[in-house]
Amino acid sequence: MISVQQIHKKFGKLEVLKDFNLEFEAGNSYALMGPNGSGKTTLIKIILGMVIPNSGDVLVQGEAIKGNYAYRSKIGYMPQIGRYPENIKIGQLFSMMQDIRPEIKSYDMELVNDFGLNEMLDKPMHTLSGGTRQKVSAALAFMFQPDILILDEPTAGLDPIAVELLKTKIKKEREKGKLIIITSHILSELEELTNHAIYIFEGDVFFNDTVESLKEITGENRFSTAIARLMEWSLKKNTIKTELSHV
Amino acid sequence: MFKLLKYSLLDIVKSRFALLYTVFLILVAISIYQVSEDMSKVSLSLLNIMLMMVPLIAAIFATTHFFNNLEFTELMLAQPVKRRDVFLSQILAVIVVLSLAIIIGFGVPMILWGADVTVLTLLGIGIGLSIIFAGLAFMASVLTRDKAKAIGISLSFWIYFSLVYDGFVLYLIYSLSDYPLEKTTLGLVFFNPVDLGRIIMLMQLDISALMGYTGAFFQQFFGSAKGILLSSAMMLIWMLWPMGVAMRVFRKKDF
Repeated sequence: MISVQQIHKKFGKLEVLKDFNLEFEAGNSYALMGPNGSGKTTLIKIILGMVIPNSGDVLVQGEAIKGNYAYRSKIGYMPQIGRYPENIKIGQLFSMMQDIRPEIKSYDMELVNDFGLNEMLDKPMHTLSGGTRQKVSAALAFMFQPDILILDEPTAGLDPIAVELLKTKIKKEREKGKLIIITSHILSELEELTNHAIYIFEGDVFFNDTVESLKEITGENRFSTAIARLMEWSLKKNTIKTELSHV
Repeated sequence: MFKLLKYSLLDIVKSRFALLYTVFLILVAISIYQVSEDMSKVSLSLLNIMLMMVPLIAAIFATTHFFNNLEFTELMLAQPVKRRDVFLSQILAVIVVLSLAIIIGFGVPMILWGADVTVLTLLGIGIGLSIIFAGLAFMASVLTRDKAKAIGISLSFWIYFSLVYDGFVLYLIYSLSDYPLEKTTLGLVFFNPVDLGRIIMLMQLDISALMGYTGAFFQQFFGSAKGILLSSAMMLIWMLWPMGVAMRVFRKKDF
């Protein structure tokens, strides 16, 4: 459904992604992991067209995204930190997003109602707490029933009730056969929500398989220890690399 | 694009800044109208204040607006809209608000105490300068990743065009006073939008005699229909190129 082909991205001299290839299939939910600065957010931003790669292609449902913008109506994106114009009201923000997509007529207001946002549509954005803004971002990501959901640290800053509501919603969408990509540092959450693990290390795919085979390969029963083992390996690989380069 | 512009405007109009700026301009205009009865003196005083204040406010406001809205711009880029439209809605919202502030701020006192054609030219120049400096500020903003740096660059545009450039021209005229420099100075004026605005205005006020021989030469040039046309065209180029450069960079920029 999303095919990332030989993406190469440099920020100045820093190579963030090198010959990066990845396939995301519909019906799966992917846990996108990696240490800070490994290129997760850059990858997401490239898929969304916010960052333009130096070379390579991204296909979303078979269409190249280069110079294309309509494909984004199929993607629901929840950013890590949602910041909105200060003086706009929640209701106005919702109607703006709806105005942008005139072709979509039916809206999924489940999260809006669950989070109680429908009772504060008249509140300007600058009066909202960080958690409430995060709720607004989540509600917006799901509102247009997109085929693809990209959630960047979705539960950061949410209260426990909201976290549960959001998780239930994500699971519900997963059952519907949507493609879900989640980045998070909370492993228990990823284990609960995803069935496929992708571990990015220094701009390369270090691991890309189902959670079961991850456990099998690492010989660990628990997801978190399996990931910890993976991180160990990736660091070891790195030291080997530097040793070699010294030679 | 108009959908995006509508909501950007909705946001910006409600900000305290737009109100403060308008009130400030009204107060300035009222106080100047109180001091003098002579319309051309009023226009001249308004012009002098405007030439200093409008570019400064436009540059600072456009830069801060760009960076305050950066996260929102990012979110908009993840929506099914063209990059060009996101950019235009941002800059047009800034320009509309700055222009409205000038129209209301200078316009209301004019309706109360009367106005003539020169004052209308003044409004036009104010709006033109707002567009030019908002464009320069957006150009500075898309070329840097840092708010402080972008404000610094925007401010240096203002300092350069409002203060340094005139000093440079004066120095040139003074040190090369043995040569006929009319055409050169005329040409140099075209490279500074603030001077361009000032001269278009001064020619309308018919006080170019105060500017000596060069003034007379300017009068001869700018007073003619061809001169007005050429200088307005030059103003238009100044309005378009910074915005054009900023948009080109914005369309290829990483967020």
